[in-house]
Amino acid sequence: MDKKNVRGFLEFVYDFYKSMKAHEITLVYEGEITHQITKAFTSLTESNMAKEEESNSVQKKVFHVMVECLQNISKHADSFGSDDFLFAGRGIFMVSKGDSEYHVTTGNVIENSKIDELSKILDYINTLDKEGLKQLYKTQMREGRLSEKGGAGLGFIDIARKTGRKLEYHFLPIDEESHFFILTSTISRNE
Amino acid sequence: MGTDDTPTVILDAENEIYEISGRSLPEDVTAFYDPILGWLDEYASSPNKKTIFTFKLVYFNTASSKLLLDILMKLEQMHEAGNDILVRWYYPEDDEDMQEAGEEYADIVDVPFEQVGYTLS
Repeated sequence: MDKKNVRGFLEFVYDFYKSMKAHEITLVYEGEITHQITKAFTSLTESNMAKEEESNSVQKKVFHVMVECLQNISKHADSFGSDDFLFAGRGIFMVSKGDSEYHVTTGNVIENSKIDELSKILDYINTLDKEGLKQLYKTQMREGRLSEKGGAGLGFIDIARKTGRKLEYHFLPIDEESHFFILTSTISRNE
Repeated sequence: MGTDDTPTVILDAENEIYEISGRSLPEDVTAFYDPILGWLDEYASSPNKKTIFTFKLVYFNTASSKLLLDILMKLEQMHEAGNDILVRWYYPEDDEDMQEAGEEYADIVDVPFEQVGYTLS
């Protein structure tokens, strides 16, 4: 890097740091989500929460939501671009902690052809109340088959149940074939 | 023996201990639970007079929940075939979600089901 580039890079690092602080991000990762990564992130967050004496019930909720979000990426994220190093099962994963809530955010590439089905599922889950979610979970457990990737279609329902909130999601266009799917789950710290 | 992502599983017909406990989020749920389901199939052909199957989990992910139901459905079949089966579902007293999970399973399968709350030491 020449002098000008070094300066640009340093500024980027500092801006990135400030931006993380501003958004109260405690963990951010981009890349392939493996089982090892899932274990590392959940145990890191667990020990941080224990240190801060977060209540058991909040700890459990955050743990549940993190696992399901990470597994969603590892099982369902589509590949982006044709370069060899861009393969499926990758995404961005973030945990942020504010005064009153935790946010777990995931972002990954999804092919346009799958968007309809995915939004249908998410919107349907969002129409249900506590009891409806419980019934859907039971039905899905009984009738749903494990996909070849080991997904049982239960993750989103579980996230909605554990957070007690509607699933908050967005699709941002990338190119003609794909969108970027962002899901933010919020866990309240005050119970 | 269990690890931080797989439960402890004891299937000991001789000493009549059938227990799954701990945490369940295995990397490959099917690979982990298949041997257990296979064992139950074999056990069902000549079970003990009474089978008390214990679940004492502190956490399981949604992929595991489906496989736990598969185990319960095998126990249901044994019960329907006239065997004496009892499921004991242990949950930490302060863990409503784990208690509710037990209630949900009890609703789905037709097998004698007992809920037992305990205090984590």
